[in-house]
Amino acid sequence: MQSLTLLDGQKFQITIQRLCRQLIENHDNFSNSVILGIQPRGIYLSQRISEELKKILPDANILSGILDITFYRDDFRRKEGPLVPSSTEIDFIIEGKKVILIDDVLWTGRTIRSALDAMLAFGRPEKVEMLVLVDRRFSRQIPVEADYIGIEVDTISSQRVVVTWAEADQKDQVILLSED
Amino acid sequence: MSETVQKLSTRHLLGIKDLTTRDIELIFETADTFKDVLNRPIKKVPSLRDITIANIFFENSTRTRLSFELAQKRLSADIVNFAASSSSVSKGETLIDTVNNILAMKVDMIVMRHPYPGAGVFLSRHVNAQIVNAGDGAHEHPTQALLDAFSIREKYGDVAGKKVAIIGDILHSRVALSNILCLQKLGAEVMVCGPTTLIPKHIGSLGVKVEHDLLTALNWCDVANMLRIQLERQDIKYFPSLREYSMLYGLNKRILDSLDKEITVMHPGPINRGVEITSDVADSKQSIILDQVENGVAIRMAVLYLLAGQAS
Repeated sequence: MQSLTLLDGQKFQITIQRLCRQLIENHDNFSNSVILGIQPRGIYLSQRISEELKKILPDANILSGILDITFYRDDFRRKEGPLVPSSTEIDFIIEGKKVILIDDVLWTGRTIRSALDAMLAFGRPEKVEMLVLVDRRFSRQIPVEADYIGIEVDTISSQRVVVTWAEADQKDQVILLSED
Repeated sequence: MSETVQKLSTRHLLGIKDLTTRDIELIFETADTFKDVLNRPIKKVPSLRDITIANIFFENSTRTRLSFELAQKRLSADIVNFAASSSSVSKGETLIDTVNNILAMKVDMIVMRHPYPGAGVFLSRHVNAQIVNAGDGAHEHPTQALLDAFSIREKYGDVAGKKVAIIGDILHSRVALSNILCLQKLGAEVMVCGPTTLIPKHIGSLGVKVEHDLLTALNWCDVANMLRIQLERQDIKYFPSLREYSMLYGLNKRILDSLDKEITVMHPGPINRGVEITSDVADSKQSIILDQVENGVAIRMAVLYLLAGQAS
């Protein structure tokens, strides 16, 4: 297995800060916008984003939740067993709000499709946007695209893109794993 | 990646006997998430949308049938209901024939209650569908035991180390056996209490304490699970009168208040108010009877989800 680092160190932090600035451009002081991190791996990015936003906008009330999509996936009974669900924590109303869905990697688009379904169980937002740290281009199986993208990478399906986080995996980095 | 696949060790849920401790924990962890789903404005997820489940009840039921039905609907499964009293069973059809005819209509899973012990095991050997036992005679009632233990876990944080007294008609109770097995697998201590005639002779071999005095049992336990006297299964008289039973084994507020600690009161339903438990106890703060009912739906959703997920 070959490992190639795509993003780490200062560049990683700058990318997150840039994503925050782009969000502020469109969402102003977040009075009508909420953030939803997708379980299990999107929650670290959504946490970073909301912490960073609070630094930039100390007076704003940034609402941030986490969304589990396990029961909405389209591959139930098509795997060797059921996936273990994670928790969902949405302590606010999303009806009529602008929702920013956050995940670490956008690949086939199927996770986002499930997330849209899962989110609708909590109400009808005014608008939904998508923010990802890594966009694996040209690999979509479903017609969805992200509105805010950290980095774009071109990959083949046998490769894996892994995002690790300091709080969970010791180091902030994006790596590309290829088979030898 | 942190997306993990976890399976039960069994394809059917026939009894607690077949489950490992890890299976029970997995069911509880999954039920936690479903309980969360049940408290949302939209209490439904699409997981089982391509699955058809038949609820076959050869014996009467209110709570269990409703609870299974709701669990199935919350998971978006298609369901058919079948009650023996209104079916061709009364025309002499055998169990296997009845079930195979239902399966021929492309049903994936069977939830069955039957008056004969082992009916679920028998069926699982002869038909090609996943079977969930919703009570077989005086043998097992696994989902009831799971929801009881889940309710204890919810109340105390953990089942291990807790002392649970099962009080009443142990002899005719499927809830008792499943509860004993489930609680022991989770590390709780179990005592059964009731008149000698209503306690099976060799129940001590299951590793439970046996007690015939209600007050001693109540003073010992953290949780008292009061069972109903199953008059419909009693072919002979096991005690002189209901009044006498109620005087010796009925739980009332006076006894509850006389204990030097606050115990939790459970009941699997249906309650015979004034027999095994008085109204003021059933409706008191110490009773978690309605929590048990609420948890029943979440537990059954977890069981159906985990079983359905492993069959492709």
